Amino acid sequence: MHLSFLVDVWHWLTSGDQWHGGDGIPHLLANHVRVSISSLLVATLISVPLGAWLGHRRVGGVVAINIANIGRAIPIYAMLVLAVQIFGITSPPGFGWTGSFVAFVPLVLLGIPPMLTNSYIGVVEVGDELVDAARGMGLSEREILGRVEVPVALPLIMAGIRTAMVGIVATATLASFTGVDTLATPIFIGLRTDDNVAVFGGAVLVGLLAIAADLALAALQRSIVSPGLRARPGRRKRVAA
Amino acid sequence: MALGTNTVLGNAVLRNAVLGNAVLGNDAHSWVWWAWIPKHQHEIYAYLREHISLTVLSVGFGFAIALPLAVLAARRRAVAAVVVPTVNVIYTIPSVALLGLLLPTTGPGRDPAVIALTLYTLAILVRNILEGLRGVPADVLDAADGMGYTRRRRLLRVELPMALPAIVAGIRLATVSTIGLVTVTFIVDQGGLGRFIQDGYQRDFHTPLVVGIVLSVALAVLADVLLVRLERVVTPWRATTRRANARRKR
Repeated sequence: MHLSFLVDVWHWLTSGDQWHGGDGIPHLLANHVRVSISSLLVATLISVPLGAWLGHRRVGGVVAINIANIGRAIPIYAMLVLAVQIFGITSPPGFGWTGSFVAFVPLVLLGIPPMLTNSYIGVVEVGDELVDAARGMGLSEREILGRVEVPVALPLIMAGIRTAMVGIVATATLASFTGVDTLATPIFIGLRTDDNVAVFGGAVLVGLLAIAADLALAALQRSIVSPGLRARPGRRKRVAA
Repeated sequence: MALGTNTVLGNAVLRNAVLGNAVLGNDAHSWVWWAWIPKHQHEIYAYLREHISLTVLSVGFGFAIALPLAVLAARRRAVAAVVVPTVNVIYTIPSVALLGLLLPTTGPGRDPAVIALTLYTLAILVRNILEGLRGVPADVLDAADGMGYTRRRRLLRVELPMALPAIVAGIRLATVSTIGLVTVTFIVDQGGLGRFIQDGYQRDFHTPLVVGIVLSVALAVLADVLLVRLERVVTPWRATTRRANARRKR
């Protein structure tokens, strides 16, 4: 790779044209973040309460544990294409907040398995003595789950959320191929027009966004996990996506 | 039948033929047009072969790199402190971006695909091998030292065999995720079965899409089953434990 190429990429990244208008970087970034966060939020609201409740009741373990592995085997790119062919590219009314409905649906499905598995395992692994103590203190089953099991399982739950986030940001990237505006749009335009500068520049932006998203969730994890749970090695087991 | 005749009867026959085909699932807008499959069996074999070879190459290279990295990381904390975060950051980068970063240097083709897929396997393999090596109990290591094992011999004869279940678990994970990821490499003119998915998208034609998904998932499941078998073959000493567990469950 020549230095002049990197200089071109730098010019591409810093030129004024990239930072204005309907297909400028700010718009692409905003839409990428919007479709990622909306699908992550909905997937979290579905999978964490469900996984934690199943873990509390000790039911559905086989499904909860294996769903992450099953999810891994499905080519996510195919899910995006399938969604386009089923829903079409325009969002149905009422779903504008998703950024792109056609990306939102597969992204939610992609986000659920790692969070469901980690929430289930996290709650199951909470020590019986803690739960017995809580029950002895007169906490209701709901309070035990919400005030003891979930806080203690948080490191694992957060690890699941981070895995889901990495997968969602990456897959939203791929959704550009089906016409959704994301930071990867310049990559696909570049591929079509044989413009390696745009491909490389877009790839740099997408890489930075993905790393920033992971760091942001790591910071969130540090701020909400109880300090008493922190220094235990091996707790932050991640289910790889 | 003369299809060219533009009679009312001819059109009706034609329309019925088309309707009949639709009911039987034989037109472009039903999910599977069965006649398409035998006609394209050469492509199916070729793409399947490409899918398998990209997977085997990437997991193979990934393992060859990850094993020494994990062994070093298990011995020295300083190495682990560099290697583990590095492979995790690489894993965070979306595949489209990683391929885009490689493309100006390598050009399209097999090289960027294998490099990117190999880099992704590193995070999974290093993490699992390291966990396996760290899980070897200290008293076992002491016993080996007491018997006069050198460090190399201890690694080869005690630590790696004991870490084998974790290592094979890592290879299973890496293989299944790679099989899923291969489909994305269509953007560098590869893709294996992903070529069918792209074809289905571009022509708005369901059959290649469904064929691509079904074969890709089937390949992942088959690879996983074969690797479980492999684990049994390479860890024969665990057969007794497995049998005991099975008896307890019963």
